[in-house]
Amino acid sequence: MMETERVFSLRNVWFTASVGAVIGIAAVAALIGFIWIPLEQSNKTVAGLWDAICTAAGVPESFRQVQQSAAPIAGPSNVIVSAQMMKPADGLSIGRGAALAPQCTMCHGVRGMSHADAPNLAGQHDAAIYKQLRDFKSGHRTSAIMGALVAGLGDQDMRDLAAYFAGLPRGPEATAADARHEAPVIVRNGSPMRNIAGCTSCHGGIDIKTGSPRLDGESESYLRAQLLAFATGARHNDIYGQMRNVARQMTPEEIDTTARFFAGR
Amino acid sequence: MLSNGSRRLILAHFWLAFAAFLLALVLGEWQMYIRSPLHDWISNPELYYRAVTAHGSAMAYVFPLLVAMGFGYAIAELALKQPLIGLRWAWASFGLVVLGTVTAMAPVSMGLASVLYTFYPPMIGNAFFYIGIVLVVVGSWIWVALMGINLNAWKKAHSGEPVPLPMFANVAGAYLWAWTSVGAAMEILFQILPVALGFKSTIDAGLARVFFSWTLHAIVYFWLMPTYIAFYVLVPRAIGGRLYSDAMARISFVLFLVFSMPIGMHHLFQDPQVGSGMKFMHAVFTAMVSVPTLLTIFTICASVEIAGRLRGGKGALGWIAALPWKNPMMLAVAFSFVMLGFGGAGGLINMSYQLDFVIHNTQWVTGHFHLIFGGAIVIMYFAIAYDLWPHLTGRALESVRLMRAQLWLWFIGMLVVTFPWHFVGILGMPRRMAYFDYSHPALAPQAIYVTVTFVGGLLLVASAVLFILVLVRGHLANRITLPEFRFSTPVHATTRVPVALNSFALWIALMIGLTVVNYGFPIAQLMALPQTSVPAVPSVVK
Ligand code: HEC
Ligand code: HEC
Ligand code: HEM
Ligand SMILES: [Cu+2]
Repeated sequence: MMETERVFSLRNVWFTASVGAVIGIAAVAALIGFIWIPLEQSNKTVAGLWDAICTAAGVPESFRQVQQSAAPIAGPSNVIVSAQMMKPADGLSIGRGAALAPQCTMCHGVRGMSHADAPNLAGQHDAAIYKQLRDFKSGHRTSAIMGALVAGLGDQDMRDLAAYFAGLPRGPEATAADARHEAPVIVRNGSPMRNIAGCTSCHGGIDIKTGSPRLDGESESYLRAQLLAFATGARHNDIYGQMRNVARQMTPEEIDTTARFFAGR
Repeated sequence: MLSNGSRRLILAHFWLAFAAFLLALVLGEWQMYIRSPLHDWISNPELYYRAVTAHGSAMAYVFPLLVAMGFGYAIAELALKQPLIGLRWAWASFGLVVLGTVTAMAPVSMGLASVLYTFYPPMIGNAFFYIGIVLVVVGSWIWVALMGINLNAWKKAHSGEPVPLPMFANVAGAYLWAWTSVGAAMEILFQILPVALGFKSTIDAGLARVFFSWTLHAIVYFWLMPTYIAFYVLVPRAIGGRLYSDAMARISFVLFLVFSMPIGMHHLFQDPQVGSGMKFMHAVFTAMVSVPTLLTIFTICASVEIAGRLRGGKGALGWIAALPWKNPMMLAVAFSFVMLGFGGAGGLINMSYQLDFVIHNTQWVTGHFHLIFGGAIVIMYFAIAYDLWPHLTGRALESVRLMRAQLWLWFIGMLVVTFPWHFVGILGMPRRMAYFDYSHPALAPQAIYVTVTFVGGLLLVASAVLFILVLVRGHLANRITLPEFRFSTPVHATTRVPVALNSFALWIALMIGLTVVNYGFPIAQLMALPQTSVPAVPSVVK
C-alpha cells in the first residue's frame, strides 16, 4: 500500500538512490574543484592540501606571502599593481637608492631632471618607476638602453631607486582646480563617446591611479613618442590595455596638444 | 469546470499580466530604437535606464509571476476537481501584487530608482522600489501557500491516489519559487533596505550579488514552469496525442526542484569574491539541470510522435507531416522547441568558464535570454492563454487564423531580433549601455545589425497587439456550452505512483541541503570578513 511506504527510510530506493546520487556528485565535484584543480594549476602558488582548499573556497590571500616573481610570462606585465605594492619610503631605502643613482644620472639628470631626451624621474611616483623597471627587466617593455641597464638590478635595488627618485623635487603636483581650467577637453573630460576617460582621472588632477606615471613636466618628445608607441602597440606593458585603448582612439592633433600641454606644466 | 469566482480571479491575473507585458514590450522596442543608429544620442541616458528598469522588472517579475499564479489557480481547480480553497486569500495576494507593482513602478517612472531589475548594488534607488518588490514577493508567497493547502486538502480526501500530474508539477513550481525568492528577499531586507532607508551608508556589494544569484538562476526555471507544464499536460491533448510517460514528467519536475537552485553562481564566474572551487561546484550542478531538460525534450517529442502516428503518420519522419500544423498549440510547441534549441546552444557557451570571458556582459547575453525567455517560454504563455480562454470567458475563441498569424509573427520576429543581437555581442558590444557612436569606424559595422534587431522588434510589437486582439474578441464572441476541460492522458493510465513521486518532502530536503552546501560557505565567509563593504551610490545623479 502506498501510504505505508515511508520516504525517509533506508529501505526506500528513491530515498537512497537520490540522496546517494546527490552526495556522490557533490563529493566528486568538491574533490575536483577544491583539491585536484588547485593543486594542478601551475600558476597558483599553493603550499599544500589545506592551502589548496582555502584558495578554492575563496579565502583571501593577504595573509600569505605573495611572491612577486620576476619570471617572464605572457601578458602585458607580471607586476601585480596594487595600492600596497610599495612600502612607505624609509631613509635607509632612499639612501641606498641615492648610492645606485649615479648609474642613471648621465641620462636622467643629476637630480632626476633630464637635459637629454630621457624621461624625468624626479618626483615620479615610486610605484610607476618600480613597475617600469620591472617591465624593462622582464622584457614586457622593450628599450635597448634600459633593458641592458636594469639587467643587473635586484628587486630591492629597484625599490630603492624608486624611493630615491620619487623624493626629488620636480614642481608642484597638479591640483583638481588646475585640471578644471586651461587644460584641453580631452585631458579634463576625456571623450566618453570614444571610451576615453579624462587623462586627469588616472594621471593626477582628479585621481592618481596606482602605477599611472606623472606626466606634467615631462619632455614633449618623450610624451609624444610614448603615446604613439601605445597607439601602434609597440609599447604594450599597460595592464588591461588601459593606455593602448586610450591612445589608439586619439587623433594625431590630440596627441600633439596633450603632449605639449603636459610638457608645459 | 471552473467556478465563476475562480474565473474572475484567473482573468484578473492574466489581464494584468498581459497589460504589463504589452507596456513593457513597447518600452523594450523604444530602448532598441534609442540604442540603434536610427536615433541620435539621447542627452539624458538616465531615461534609458529608467526604461530598462521598468521593462526588466515588468518582464522578469510581474508578467511571469502573474501567469504562473493564474495558471496555478486554474490547474488547482481543473485538475483536482474541487472548488479552490482560499479564494479570498487569493484576492488578497493579487491585491498585494498590484499594490507592490504600483509602489515599485512609481519611483521608477519618476527616475528615482533606475537601478535595473537586478538592483545593481552598491547603486541604491528609492526605498519604495524595493518595498514594492517585497510586497509582490510576499503576495506570491500567499499563492504558494494556497497551492500547498489545496493539494493537501485533496490528498486527505483521496488518500492513496496519485496526485494529478498537472497539480504535482504546479506545486513543484510553487515550492521552487518560494525557496528561490528567499535570496533576493534577504538581499533587499538585510542589505539594500537599511541603506535605502538611510540607516546605513555602506553595502557589501559582493555579498549582495551572491544573494541575488541565489534567485537569479532558479527564477529562470520558475519562468519556465508554466511552459513545461503546458508541454506535458496541454500539448499532447491539444494535438490529439498521449503523454508518453507520467513518471518521466514527475521525475523531471522534482529534478528541477533539486537542481535549479544551487547553481546560481554561474552568473558570478567573473566575480572575485567567490572562490574558484565554489564556482566549479555550481558549474557541475549547472550541467546536471540538463538532465530534466533532456528528459522533457525526449518525452515531449515522443508524445508528439504518438499524436502523429495516431493521425495516420507512417515511417521514420512521415508522422511529422501528419501533425495538426493548423492547430495553434502545435505551432507554438514547435516554435518553442526550435527557439529552445538555438538558445540552448548559446547557453552552452555561457556555461563554459573560458568562453564566457568573451561574451560576459555583452549584448550576447541579452540576445540569449530574449531568445529563451521572450521566445521559447513566452510563446507557450500565449498558447496557455488560448487554451484556457474559452473556459475563462465561457465563450468560443474562434480567431484561429489570427492566432496562427500571431504565433508566426512572434517566432519570426524573435529570430530576427535575437540573431543579430547575439552577433553584436560577439563583436564586443556591451550590454546595458544607452548610446553607441556608430560613426566610429570600430562600431560602424555593428550599426546594421542593431537596426535589423529594431525591425524584428516591430514584428514582435505587432504580434503582441494581435494577441491582445484575439483575447478581446474572445470576450465578445458567442456563449457556448463548454466541454469538460481535459488535461493530457498518459499512454499508460497512472494508477500507482511511488510515494516519493507523489510528495515533495524528499525533494525539498535535497533542495535545501544542496543550497546549504553550495551557498553556505561563501555567504558565511563574506558576512564574516571585515571591510568588504563599499559606500552606496545613490542612483539619482543630476
Ligand atoms: C643611457 C641613458 C640611460 C641611462 C644610463 C638610464 N636610462 Fe632610464 N631611460 C632612458 C631612456 C632613453 C628612457 C626612455 C625609454 C623609452 O623610450 O622607452 C628611459 C626610461 C626610464 C624609465 C621609464 C620612465 C617612464 O616614465 O616610463 C625609468 C623608470 C628609468 N629609465 C629609470 C632608470 C634608472 C633607475 C636608471 C639607472 C639605473 C636609468 N634609467 C639609466 C635612458 C637611460
Ligand atoms: C584608465 C587610466 C588612464 C587614463 C584615463 C589615461 N592613462 Fe595614461 N597611463 C595609464 C597607466 C596605468 C600608464 C602606465 C602604463 C604602464 O603600466 O606601463 C599610463 C601611461 C601613460 C604615458 C606614458 C608615461 C611614461 O612616463 O611612460 C603617457 C604619455 C600617458 N599615459 C598619457 C595619457 C594621456 C595623454 C591620457 C589622456 C588622453 C591618458 N594617459 C589617460 C593610465 C591612464
Ligand atoms: C516577452 C518579451 C520580452 C521579455 C520577457 C524581455 C525581458 C527583458 C529583461 C528581463 C531585460 C533585462 C533588463 C536588464 O538588463 O536589467 C530586458 C532588457 C532589454 N530588452 Fe527585453 N524583453 C522582451 C522583449 C523585448 C523586445 C521585443 C525588445 C526590443 C526589440 C526588447 C529590448 C530590450 C532591451 C534593449 C533591453 C536592454 C538591453 C541592454 O541595455 O543591455 N525586449 N528585457
Ligand atoms: Cu543562470
